[in-house]
Amino acid sequence: MKQATFSIWRGDAAGGKFQDYETDVEEGMVVLDAVHQIQATQANDLACRWNCKAGKCGSCSAEINGIPRLMCMTRLNALPLEKPVTIEPMKAFPLVRDLVTDVSWNFAVKKRIKKFKPRPPDAPDGSWRMAQDDIDRVQEFRKCIECFLCQDVCHVLRDHHKHEEFIGPRFLVYVAALEMHPLDTEDRLAELKEAHGVGFCNITKCCTTVCPENITITDNAIIPLKERVVDEFYDPLKSLWKFLRPKKY
Amino acid sequence: MADYQTHEHDVLIIGAGGAGLRAAIEASRTGLKVGLVCKSLLGKAHTVMAEGGIAAALANVDDRDNWRVHFADTMRGGQYVNNWRMAEIHAKEAPDRVRELESWGAVFDRTPDGRILQRNFGGHRYPRLAHVGDRTGLELIRTLQDHGIHQGIDVHMEHTVVTLLKSGDRVSGVLAYERERGRFKVFKARSIVLATGGIGRAYKITSNSWEYTGDGHALAYDAGAELIDMEFVQFHPTGMIWPPSVMGILVTEGVRGEGGILTNKDGTRFMFGQIPDNYKAQTADNPEEGWRYCQGDKDARRPPELLTRDHVARCIVKEIKEGRGSPHGGVYLDIAWIKEKLPNAAEHIKRKLPSMYHQFKQLADIDITTEAMEIGPTTHYVMGGIRVDADTQMTTTVPGLFACGECASGINGANRLGGNSLSDIIVFGKRAGEYAAKFAQEHDAGSVDQAEVEEAARRALEPFERGAKEGSSAEGPYKVQYDLQEMMQDLVGIVRREDEMQRALEGLGKLWERAKRVAVHGHREYNPGWHTAIDLKNLLTVSEAVTRSALQRKESRGAHFRDDFEAKDPAFGSVNTVLRRGADGGMDVRLETIPEMPEHLKEVIKEMQ
Ligand SMILES: Cc1cc2nc3c(=O)[nH]c(=O)nc-3n(C[C@H](O)[C@H](O)[C@H](O)COP(=O)(O)OP(=O)(O)OC[C@H]3O[C@@H](n4cnc5c(N)ncnc54)[C@H](O)[C@@H]3O)c2cc1C
Ligand code: SF4
Ligand code: SF4
Ligand code: FES
Repeated sequence: MKQATFSIWRGDAAGGKFQDYETDVEEGMVVLDAVHQIQATQANDLACRWNCKAGKCGSCSAEINGIPRLMCMTRLNALPLEKPVTIEPMKAFPLVRDLVTDVSWNFAVKKRIKKFKPRPPDAPDGSWRMAQDDIDRVQEFRKCIECFLCQDVCHVLRDHHKHEEFIGPRFLVYVAALEMHPLDTEDRLAELKEAHGVGFCNITKCCTTVCPENITITDNAIIPLKERVVDEFYDPLKSLWKFLRPKKY
Repeated sequence: MADYQTHEHDVLIIGAGGAGLRAAIEASRTGLKVGLVCKSLLGKAHTVMAEGGIAAALANVDDRDNWRVHFADTMRGGQYVNNWRMAEIHAKEAPDRVRELESWGAVFDRTPDGRILQRNFGGHRYPRLAHVGDRTGLELIRTLQDHGIHQGIDVHMEHTVVTLLKSGDRVSGVLAYERERGRFKVFKARSIVLATGGIGRAYKITSNSWEYTGDGHALAYDAGAELIDMEFVQFHPTGMIWPPSVMGILVTEGVRGEGGILTNKDGTRFMFGQIPDNYKAQTADNPEEGWRYCQGDKDARRPPELLTRDHVARCIVKEIKEGRGSPHGGVYLDIAWIKEKLPNAAEHIKRKLPSMYHQFKQLADIDITTEAMEIGPTTHYVMGGIRVDADTQMTTTVPGLFACGECASGINGANRLGGNSLSDIIVFGKRAGEYAAKFAQEHDAGSVDQAEVEEAARRALEPFERGAKEGSSAEGPYKVQYDLQEMMQDLVGIVRREDEMQRALEGLGKLWERAKRVAVHGHREYNPGWHTAIDLKNLLTVSEAVTRSALQRKESRGAHFRDDFEAKDPAFGSVNTVLRRGADGGMDVRLETIPEMPEHLKEVIKEMQ
């Protein structure tokens, strides 16, 4: 049977190193299968998160050959197996152990964002009317599985550690989903500009590239939010901004 | 003894799937101190994986629908061994619970006039499943999560409960370990709600994740609660079968709802030859009518692919056994054929079934808009579970202990209809939260016995001691788990018989012995080997419960099919199997007569026949 080598980061906050494991490779295997195989046969205590094994829960985020991806959706036949496949934890969050990081910051950030506040119901049974066309965009944002890969890749968090000042692409998508929800009546623009730090994003689009749900994070969520903030707070600049960034939708 | 932290809550919810979150939201409305404990991160529970939809008689697409039809469908699907009161409450309250989700921000797909769209599903007479493409579970759990985090609930993520603590008869707290550091914690509470989900990991081929080790079932059983109807394990007809690493991953019934057909290697639509008599009147007898049904024609009857899951799964097994299967040992599920009917079929499929498209493309190199999928049955759901009072969800024998969602039992009877779980978890999640809060308001905090805590913690740490003592020669937990899954799959699977199940019981005895000797190495921090060792006890408990109940039910009904008793036996049509720990520590099984259905419900059933 074919074999491949996986170079997996082992260690905790105090330090660690890459360790090589060889394991059998079968047709159709994904990186998470290899990790499980190694865990079952060679390293019972290898720590990793997973749940659904089908790209639905966003638990198994890691960096595979340096790229932030879901382990359960990365096929081995899409990787060069002649050399070791490196698997390491996400870098934008503190390490717990091996492939597991402390992502609790994300949960704390979400709590700070003002919750959904609907207009009064349209019908006596407490329901509303919304056209499918008006919710397509919001549904795109709500596909998010909270894998936090976009947070991991964003340089504002990863390299500049602005966790205190910037909520990151995942939560800009979250705010966008609320702001563009046809029923929502809340106003989040002041926070967006200040506490959420939308201005830190300089539209590198790295987040969009890694999103396993193919959410067009930058173009569909962040840029429109930036425009709303500009409209609200920098009226005199509005025309210049529009000139620089023509509306695409 | 290791020291441990103690947290105090009024109500403690174990599990953060749809059921647990809904219970926590309800309990927190009273202003009580509510704690929520879960094995994974928030939002990752099994509910997130649900695809097809949530069943509620909103009547948005077909105005003939109402709670009575939903009730009758649920009872027929469950072959009348359901708890009729739960089925009634469920059918009546599901529409309000769904509308409530919308008020908390859920964004369901819409009808042309802007209301919540509903789709067809197996066993539901009218289009009844509110949905969001094929990611309805994500919408549900995210909505509850995003609403719940503003309710003042204390969430303890990545904590696993290992023992329920009691004070006299009633529960008073739990012992849990924290995954990150491996430390023990005691959570004290006046009332406790179990919402731990299912048992799918007892089988080799399953759509369920590592979390589904039957913890809640085993915790409740160990604490003296009753389990009922454990023989009813649902095998979903359509799981992926190729490549091997994806075996078991679910292919939503929504594929068939959108017009997908099942064929064998000869290209025959075999389900047309397999329509049971009691479903003949409401099932299409030709492909044309079946297609019209999927297109929303109200005068058409549903195609036979949308018969109940137990039946479709067995028909698939039959095709394969009789040599008409596909190359990798399954049958074909084809949605690509609708291009004969729809001009923009590929786009339509991608929009209606985006995650299925994605899943096959990425994991199997199959484009479902042009090729058929290969599929086979997969272990999916457990109808059996903790016995509860229909109205309050309190367990029948342990005061202060409640259960809801998949780990509780009653609503589904012998077979669950697709979509009835997402509605079950919010209907009964709400009730469990409400009544657990009421219990907490009416009772003082019980006491927690220090010695009991220490003993439970010591037991949980035993695998490490053995690892240190016996060195690497002692068996690790994974092999035992694997052997158990293999055995349950072979001997207590879709088709069962006395001699095989007796062998399974013997096998379980040996596995129990092996489980007592497994050893683990390394640290307590985030150590999956240790976690697997602890979970073994739960998996073995539920496996034994399934096997003993299945032996007791000497007939075939719903998801429980016996080779040696192929027919339904009316004598078993009025009983539930009930399990409880006996005085000698063994598992006692008995059959208990189902209370008679009140007149007004009998009439509904008659009327809908
Ligand atoms: C692939 C798939 C698709 C499905 N599609 C549909 C569908 O379309 N419609 C439908 O109605 N149903 C569907 N179902 C079934 C449905 O999703 C589940 O039955 C339902 O979500 C169960 O919800 P729950 O809240 O009871 O449990 P879960 O969502 O599974 O939550 C269980 C919780 O308990 C926690 N837990 C477990 N043990 C412990 C412990 N020892 N200590 C602490 N916490 C613990 C877990 O961490 C988790 O948070 C599907 C199931 C699967 C697998
Ligand atoms: S586009 Fe903005 S949010 Fe996305 S990675 Fe770049 S800087 Fe970060
Ligand atoms: S937006 Fe995409 S990458 Fe970011 S958390 Fe959500 S799914 Fe993951
Ligand atoms: S395990 Fe769920 S996304 Fe990978």
